Amino acid sequence: VQQLILGVLLGGLYGLAAAGLSLVFGVLRVLNVAHGELIMLGGYLAFGLVTLLGLDPFVALLLVIPLSASLGALLYAGLFRFIVRHGEETRIKNSLLVGFGLALTFQALAVRLFTADERSITTAYRGRALALGGVVVPLGRLLSLLVALLLIALLHAFLRRARWGQAIRATAEDWEAASLLGIDVRRAYGLAFAIGTALAGAAGTLVSLGYSISPSIGLEWTLKALIVIVLAGLGSAFGTFVGGVVLGCAEALSAVVFGGAYREVVGLLLFFCVLVARPQGLFGRS
Amino acid sequence: VTGGGRRVGVGRTVGTAVALALLGLAPLAVTREDWLNLGVVFFLLVALAQSWNVMGGQAGQVNLGHAAFFGLGALATRHLWAGGVTVPIAMAAGVALATVAGIAVGLAAFRLRGAYFAIGTLALAEVLRIAVGNVLPEISTLPAGAIAAYRLSDRYYAAAALAVGTTLAVAWLAASRLGLAMEAIREDETAAEASGVGAFRVKLAAVAVSTGLAGLAGGLFAFYHISYYPQHAFSPTWTFDAVLITFIGGVGTVHGPVLGAALFVFLREYLALRWVDLHLLIFGVLFIAIVLLLPGGLVEATARLRGLARRRRPPLADPAGGTGRA
Repeated sequence: VQQLILGVLLGGLYGLAAAGLSLVFGVLRVLNVAHGELIMLGGYLAFGLVTLLGLDPFVALLLVIPLSASLGALLYAGLFRFIVRHGEETRIKNSLLVGFGLALTFQALAVRLFTADERSITTAYRGRALALGGVVVPLGRLLSLLVALLLIALLHAFLRRARWGQAIRATAEDWEAASLLGIDVRRAYGLAFAIGTALAGAAGTLVSLGYSISPSIGLEWTLKALIVIVLAGLGSAFGTFVGGVVLGCAEALSAVVFGGAYREVVGLLLFFCVLVARPQGLFGRS
Repeated sequence: VTGGGRRVGVGRTVGTAVALALLGLAPLAVTREDWLNLGVVFFLLVALAQSWNVMGGQAGQVNLGHAAFFGLGALATRHLWAGGVTVPIAMAAGVALATVAGIAVGLAAFRLRGAYFAIGTLALAEVLRIAVGNVLPEISTLPAGAIAAYRLSDRYYAAAALAVGTTLAVAWLAASRLGLAMEAIREDETAAEASGVGAFRVKLAAVAVSTGLAGLAGGLFAFYHISYYPQHAFSPTWTFDAVLITFIGGVGTVHGPVLGAALFVFLREYLALRWVDLHLLIFGVLFIAIVLLLPGGLVEATARLRGLARRRRPPLADPAGGTGRA
């Protein structure tokens, strides 16, 4: 049970990490394999704000989100804007290649700026935990899970209710029809990319709070996010979150059954099987 | 990926192979070990990039798990060699293992298209890498007898032969009926199927050739290194290097990977000497620039320059003078 609780707590972060990637993938139809590196940068940003300015990590989060969104807007204007001009197939391939170049660049940059050491944010309440009938729940991670859930709820509300949220959904559905209806598709793309990056930054903050970050964590988080997307399918923020929690639990269970060394393998195998058997995802529409 | 799919002339292929072969004779004149080691790395990367290019360039299937097949080839070769089997047979076994694994992966993964294929192969390669790291955590070192008999020039000749052989094989494939079918699938899979190309079988053939050649390159890696961690041969950097080189040189062309590997090895050494920790950063930026601005790589760049030069020669043809555009 203890392992399951920890799995749920970690899974919430998987869900948050995947939500940003899922939004970008669903709307722009590009696959940004540097998403994990964006998470990593967000984590370092939060780490810097906390250690240099002495902010509480959850306050730092309020700064990380807009800063990450600006970074996302820049990346869109500088790179991804040129990729979305192409047709579907070329878009995906070029975005994979550019994303891979970006991943390499960000990783090298992070090593240069922050060294290759592992870091994590320490707070006064880091060690504190709630004991519930023999099960220990770390307080910081519990708060992180709640924040992740809150962000997912905000994203959901934005996409359903706000004018630009609806524009983004229309663009995801059919960009040609959306542009005929007078929606500025390019702006919807840019906005979706910025929000996706902001979510990555938020996820990074929570990762550096409850776990640890280093320049090389990017690929791992990208893979986790991709696994979750494949599990959950595209198109629902809450579905993605549930997918993340499912992955977290599956990993926790596999760690109990097969030992810790193979927890990554189980997730990846699960992913490959779902991919081959149901390419549209467990909960997704075909 | 909009690769330059032009048929490569026989002359250019022969020229590339001859140039590689001449470089392969270097140990007759050069005795500096660092140069010869660099040469081995160059040939190894030529072979690896060529093998990726068969599937990624000619058939248009972006395989991000290529390192797995390189690693499998290295693993099998090393194990059999250490067990007393002669090197050529051990390498052949490595090729066989990589090919069988490639076909098995292909059978499952070719149900996926585009992005999902790329992610699926990346995931499988990571599974293998982690599993190998768990099962074989210890460094693999040659037995003392083999170390005593180690001669760098042997490795150099083997690497050169590998690069020449792989390049010729890929050139032959590109000119064959199968190569044409692969290009047809890259350009438009549905249209290719409609014109009678059995896409699934052609893709399986492409994956078999591509992974088999990667396994061969892995075998050379195992033959070359005195000691290495088995997991290292499965590292995603092997995939990334191959992809990078192919793109720098020119996707879907036969001499592109050779040009790309030359520039890649030169730049990597040069940058690593000058800016020790910045060279990866420069690589990343260079790679993005090539994908966005010069999708045909060096091959396209030289073709454009040649077109420019040809146009400039007759003085009346271009009134704009120096600012001619290709």
